[in-house]
Amino acid sequence: MKIKLHVWRQSTRTDKGRMESYELDNVVPDMSFLEMMDTLNEKLTIEGHDPVAFDHDCREGVCGMCSMVINGEAHGPKSETTTCQLYMRHFKDGAEIYIEPWRASAFPVVKDLVVDRSAFDRIIQAGGFISNHSGPKPDPNSIPIEPEVAETSLDAATCIGCGACVAACPNGSAMLFTAAKASHLGMLPQGQPERFDRAQSMVKQMESEGFGSCRNYAECEAQCPKGISIAFIGRLNSDFLRASLLEPVDRRGEMKSQ
Amino acid sequence: MNRIQSLYASTIGKKFIASITGLILFGFLLGHVAGNLKVFTGTTADGVPHIDEYGQFLKVAGEPMIPEMFALWSARVVLLVALILHVLVVVQLALLSAEARPINYVKSRKKAATLPALWMMFSGLLILCFIIFHILHFTTGTIRLGKFEHGYIYNNLTHSFSNPVVAVGYVFVMIVLGLHLNHGVWSMFQTLGLDNPDRNKSLRVFATGLTIVIILGFIVVPISFMSGMMPGVVTYSHELLTGH
Repeated sequence: MKIKLHVWRQSTRTDKGRMESYELDNVVPDMSFLEMMDTLNEKLTIEGHDPVAFDHDCREGVCGMCSMVINGEAHGPKSETTTCQLYMRHFKDGAEIYIEPWRASAFPVVKDLVVDRSAFDRIIQAGGFISNHSGPKPDPNSIPIEPEVAETSLDAATCIGCGACVAACPNGSAMLFTAAKASHLGMLPQGQPERFDRAQSMVKQMESEGFGSCRNYAECEAQCPKGISIAFIGRLNSDFLRASLLEPVDRRGEMKSQ
Repeated sequence: MNRIQSLYASTIGKKFIASITGLILFGFLLGHVAGNLKVFTGTTADGVPHIDEYGQFLKVAGEPMIPEMFALWSARVVLLVALILHVLVVVQLALLSAEARPINYVKSRKKAATLPALWMMFSGLLILCFIIFHILHFTTGTIRLGKFEHGYIYNNLTHSFSNPVVAVGYVFVMIVLGLHLNHGVWSMFQTLGLDNPDRNKSLRVFATGLTIVIILGFIVVPISFMSGMMPGVVTYSHELLTGH
């Protein structure tokens, strides 16, 4: 296969950056997209150029490190597939491929295609935890839960935190990520004590990181490599509104009769 | 008060305000379209068109318990506040979102976002301009697009919509309004956290269905007047309408 690549090159955080074009011959259809990038980098290195920096780790679709917008779609054209699980056979011979980093002011570009996603870590730190006892291990299945609820919670837990939702959202909103993380704990019995505080503190942190607001486009769901549903966003909205409007602030306050 | 402040400070809270105010404005549209359709129900025994009688009713609703125009102005104030809040929070959110995505992709592709959803700001801006124009046209009579006389609603409609440019313009804006509602009404349920996979289809059918009904109800009026199928100008004495 022969392909033409247009890749975003940006040497530092402050560099303005630009698209650069490369032609690559001898691309094997069974190469993964990242292996194709490795091939490009070998070629660039041999030619004495700076290789393209890109994030990757497990290369088996579970770590959430790979982060490229390929031809305008986060993780490329194949739905529910991470970039590392995308293969060159998914492209035509002679294809022109545009590769860009996640675009969001909360995800500043570090170099080329690598962006700083530590904003997600701070959202998790704000509320992505449960309180647990530190004593002996409880008996398995000692906490009853409806299997359907457990499954739905696990659907939310499939979020690998890659940031494709933010990259896909025309508003750079992180609602799908935050909703998935808040829901996977908030739906389980173990996550109930902090449920409403979690909704508020995670949303607050999300907003302070400079993510945009959700406009219900559902573009995040469509480009999520795990196909996480916007139903979780509705759930977070519901928990957040309940926490803000209905949950008591002064539980132990004084009451008088009249 | 603290709750409202902290709610307003958040994007979800702003969206909550946008959805509640949207609901108020949507409720108004339902009433408005039902009122408009009175142009087709003819006249009273005295020869006063039902729509003129209805306009007069809105002015004196609640009399003598509440003063004349009080109910009408109360509704107008609620609607105006709802409209201002709706526009205010949406503009604030749009500015925030523009800041959150300062650089666009060289190559961009949408998989799920529909055009009406992506064009909400444009459709909203057009609707806002239309609301101002529409009030100046049919309520205050400041903009004259045909003979205009306060209270003679049927005749004013006949005069304005006999001009095809005005009629087609109104129809066009109503279609844009339909696109706005089609996304907005469903979006309201999602923002309020009321949508879930069990109801999603029903809520979307509800939003689209009601939008189609409302928009058809609105556009049938200018089309009927433009096509000349409506009975012409009605003459009757003003005393018949006001009763004094």
